Amino acid sequence: MSQYVLRRLLIAIPSLLGISAVLFFVLALAPGDPFSELATNPNVPPEVQAALRARFGLDDPIYLRYLHWLFAMAHGDWGFSFVSRMDVDRLILQRLPATLYVIGSAQVLALLIAIPVGVYAATKPYSLFDQIANTLAFIGFSLPTFFTGLLFILIFSVTLDWLPFVYTTDIKATGIHYVLEMIRQAIMPVAVLGLFQAASMTRFVRSAMLDVIRLDYVTTARAKGLGQAKVIVKHVMRNAMIPVVTLIALQMPAVFGGALVTEQIFRIPGIGSLLISSILSNDTPVVMAVTFVFACLVVLFNLIADVLYGWLDPRISLR
Amino acid sequence: MLDKELRSMIGDVKDGRMDRRAFIQRLAAVGLTAPMANQILAIGGVAMAQSPSPYPPTKRGGGGPLKLLWWQGPTLLNPHFATGTKDQDGSRLFYEPLASWDVDGHLNPILAAEIPSIKNGGLAADGKSVTWKIKPGVKWHDGKPLTADDLVFTWAYASDPATAAVSISTYADMSVEKVDDLTIRLVFNKPTPFWANAFVGAYGCILPKHLFADYKGSKSREAPTNLAPVGTGPYKFVEFKPGDLIRGELNPEYHMPNRPHFDTIEMKGGGDAVSAARAVIQTGEFDFAWNMQVEDEVLLRLEKGGKGKTTYAVGGDIEFIAINFTDPNTEVDGERSSIKTKHPILSDLAVRQALALLVDRESVKKAIYGRAGRTTSNYLNGPEDFVSKNTKWEFSVEKAIALLEKAGWKAGADGIREKDGKKLKFVYQTSINGPRQKTQAIVKQACQKAGIDVELKSVVASVFFSSDVANPDTYSKFYTDIEEFQIPMTQPDPALHMKRYISSQVASKDNKWQGQNFPRWVNKDYDAAIEAAETEIDPVKRAALYIKCNDMLWQDVVFIPVMHRLTVDACATALQPVVSGWANRTDNIQDWYRGA
Repeated sequence: MSQYVLRRLLIAIPSLLGISAVLFFVLALAPGDPFSELATNPNVPPEVQAALRARFGLDDPIYLRYLHWLFAMAHGDWGFSFVSRMDVDRLILQRLPATLYVIGSAQVLALLIAIPVGVYAATKPYSLFDQIANTLAFIGFSLPTFFTGLLFILIFSVTLDWLPFVYTTDIKATGIHYVLEMIRQAIMPVAVLGLFQAASMTRFVRSAMLDVIRLDYVTTARAKGLGQAKVIVKHVMRNAMIPVVTLIALQMPAVFGGALVTEQIFRIPGIGSLLISSILSNDTPVVMAVTFVFACLVVLFNLIADVLYGWLDPRISLR
Repeated sequence: MLDKELRSMIGDVKDGRMDRRAFIQRLAAVGLTAPMANQILAIGGVAMAQSPSPYPPTKRGGGGPLKLLWWQGPTLLNPHFATGTKDQDGSRLFYEPLASWDVDGHLNPILAAEIPSIKNGGLAADGKSVTWKIKPGVKWHDGKPLTADDLVFTWAYASDPATAAVSISTYADMSVEKVDDLTIRLVFNKPTPFWANAFVGAYGCILPKHLFADYKGSKSREAPTNLAPVGTGPYKFVEFKPGDLIRGELNPEYHMPNRPHFDTIEMKGGGDAVSAARAVIQTGEFDFAWNMQVEDEVLLRLEKGGKGKTTYAVGGDIEFIAINFTDPNTEVDGERSSIKTKHPILSDLAVRQALALLVDRESVKKAIYGRAGRTTSNYLNGPEDFVSKNTKWEFSVEKAIALLEKAGWKAGADGIREKDGKKLKFVYQTSINGPRQKTQAIVKQACQKAGIDVELKSVVASVFFSSDVANPDTYSKFYTDIEEFQIPMTQPDPALHMKRYISSQVASKDNKWQGQNFPRWVNKDYDAAIEAAETEIDPVKRAALYIKCNDMLWQDVVFIPVMHRLTVDACATALQPVVSGWANRTDNIQDWYRGA
C-alpha cells in the first residue's frame, strides 16, 4: 500500500513538471504585459517601463525565466506579484479562507441533497418522486451559475431586500452576530453553487445506484430477509459509491480553486477572483502559482480517490 | 495685444477692481482653462483663491462608516508605484500631498501652509524655483513630526531610477532643497510654467523618510510599508487585502479641524461596474462607487429607486478617432506604418475632412454617453468653460459627399468611391468595449452613405493598450487606417497632453513603438510651438501657443474628437463627496461628509 502511494507520488513529479512547463510557456506567449496600464499614461516615460520590465526580469529569454521560476518554486518561493508587489503565497493565503468557506459549504450542500435524493429516486425508479427529481436536476444543470446568481440577486437583494449581495470579509459584529452575518451573506453564493452541483450529482448518484440495485447479490440479500434500509445502505450504496467518490474527489481541487464566475458576481475575495484579476492585469507569477497549485491538487486528489477505492471495494488491489 | 490687456486685468484683480471670477470668465472666453487662469494670476502676483468647499460638520468623527466600492480593487498602497488610478485612489486615503486640486481646478492646500505665489514670495519671477511652506505641527500616523526632510527624501526616492517609481518624470529635471525644517525650495533646470506638479495630487504624496530610508533604490520593493502605509492622512491604516479590501479608521490627530467626518473607511474591490452601481444606487449597501462605465440608460433606470444618484466631474479626458498618416499596408525595413511612407488615401486632406463630417457626435452622445459626455471639436478640452472659439464641428453626409466629389473621389461600380484606382476603404480599430463598438457602428453607417467602405476591427483591451513589441495589434503600432480610444488628461495643464505629437516622438521600430506620436503626424510649426511653450514663462503667450497647437491638430484633422468624457460615479443620496475632474476621486477625501 505505502509502496503504491510512493510510486504514484514519484510518477506525479514528471507530470507536474510537464504541466508547469506548458503553463509557463503558454502564459509567456500570451499577449500583453503587466505594465500595459502605464502605456497610455503620459506621466510615465518609456524608460521607467523599461526599468520595471528589467527589474522583474521580463526581458530575459523564456527558458531562463522558467528555470528561475522552477528553482524558486522548489525552494518554496512562490514568486512575487508584479501588480501588488508582494509575495504570491501571502496573496493566495489571504484569499483561501473565503474560498474554502463558500465553495466547501456549497459542496457539502450538494452532497446533502444529491445522495439522499439520488438514492431514494433509484429505489423507486419512474415514480412520481423520481420524475420530479429528474426534471429539477435537468433544469438545475441547464441553468448556468451566472444566470441563477443574477436571478437570486434580483429577487433576494433588489426586490425583497433580504440578503446582501456584496460579500464582506470584515464583518463588524462579534460572537453570535458575526456567525449569523457570515451565514447570511453566504446563503446566495452557496445556494447558487450548491444547487448547480447537486443537480448533476443527483443524476450521477441515481444512475450509479440503478446499475447496482439490479444485480443478483442484491436480490440474494433481499431473499435472505434483510430489511430494505439495510440492503440499500450496506449492500447497494457501498458499491454504487465508487464512481461517486471519484467524482467528488475530482471536485475537491475546485474547492481550493474557487469558482470563477460566482466569486466575481458576489465579489467573494477568493482564489477564483484572484485568478481572474491576475489574468486581466497580466500578473503572470500569480496566475502561474494558482494554476500550478490547482494542478498539484488534481494529481493529489486523484491519488486519494484511488486509495479510497481499495477501502470501498477490497477486491480492487493496489500494487 | 492680448498680452497687454491681460497684464492690466491682472493689475485690476490685484487692486480689487475686478474679482477673480470675472477674470477667469474673461480668460475662459479666450480659451484658457480655469486652472491655467489661476496659475496666471499666481505668477502675476495674486494669491490663488483657496476656495474651500463648504464643510458643515462641526466636530471630528461621528459620521459612521464610509463604504466605498471600487470595482477594480487597489492592488498596492505605495502612491509612487501606483500603476493605475485605483492604486492612487487607495494610497491617497493615507498619504497626502502638499496640495490637491479642487473641483474647479484650483490648488487646495493640504500639507502646505499656503499656496506659493509671487506675492508671498513662493514663486520666482523667472519661473525657475518654487518655495513651499509646510504646515507646522503635522504628525505621521506613528507620531513622528512631518518635516522638510521627508519631502526632500520623497523627491530623492522617486527620482532615483533604481527605485523604478512611476512618478519619476514628475520629479525629474529638478532638485529639492531644504531651506529650514518647514520650508523647501524646488529648483527647476529650466523655466517651468506649470510648477504645481511635484508634491501635488496623486504623485505628490509624501512618504515618511524614517520608514522608507532603508528602501530607496533597488530595495524599494522589499519595504513592508508598501503594503501597510503610514501617512499623514485623515484615516489611519488598519488592514489591506490586495484587490479586495482596504480598511482605515479615523485619525484623531488629523491636522485639519473637524475632519474627517467618518469614523471608519473601507474600500471594497472586485465585481463589475453595473453591479457596483446597483449596490450604491439601488440597494444602498455602499455609499460611493467609482467609475461608472455603464450606459446612461441603465443608470437612469436605477436612479428611479431613489437611494442614490450619479455624480459627474469635468476634466479633460478625450475620446477620439486618430488618423494614420503613414501607410499601414506597406512594410519598410521590417515595420508597417513606417514614417518613411505616406498613407495612400488619408494623406489627402479632403478625405480627412470628409471623415470628420461623418462622425455624428450628437448621436454618439445621445445613444451612448448621455450625461457622461459632451460633444466637442477640440482635442484639448479644459473644464466646462473651455472652448477654443476657433474650431467647430458638424455632421453632414451631403457636405462630406460634396467634398469627396470635388477632390476627385468618384463612386465606382460597387458604390465605393475611388480615385486613380485607389478605393476609399479603411480599417477602423478600437479596443473591445461596449460604447466603442457602438460608436464604430454609427460611424460606419454614415461612411457607407458617403461611399466609404469601413472595415471594423476590435482588439482586446489588454492587447490594444499593451506595450508588447511582438504584438501587431497595439494602439501604438497602429497597423490600421484609423483607430479610436481615450487619452485621459491627468493634470490641469496641457503640457504633457500636447507634447505627445511632436515629430521626435513618432512611434517607430527604433523606439520600440514607445514614441507617443502614434498618428505619426509631422508638422514643423507644431514642434516649434510646443518647444516655445515648454519654456515660455509668460502665461499668456504660453496659453496662446497651446491653443494654436490645438487648432493645428484640428485644421489638419489629425484627430476627430468623438466625446469629451466626464467622470461618472455613483453616490448615496445623503453623501456629499468632493470629486475633481482634474484629480483622483479621493484627492479631497478629507472634505467628504454625509448630509442630514
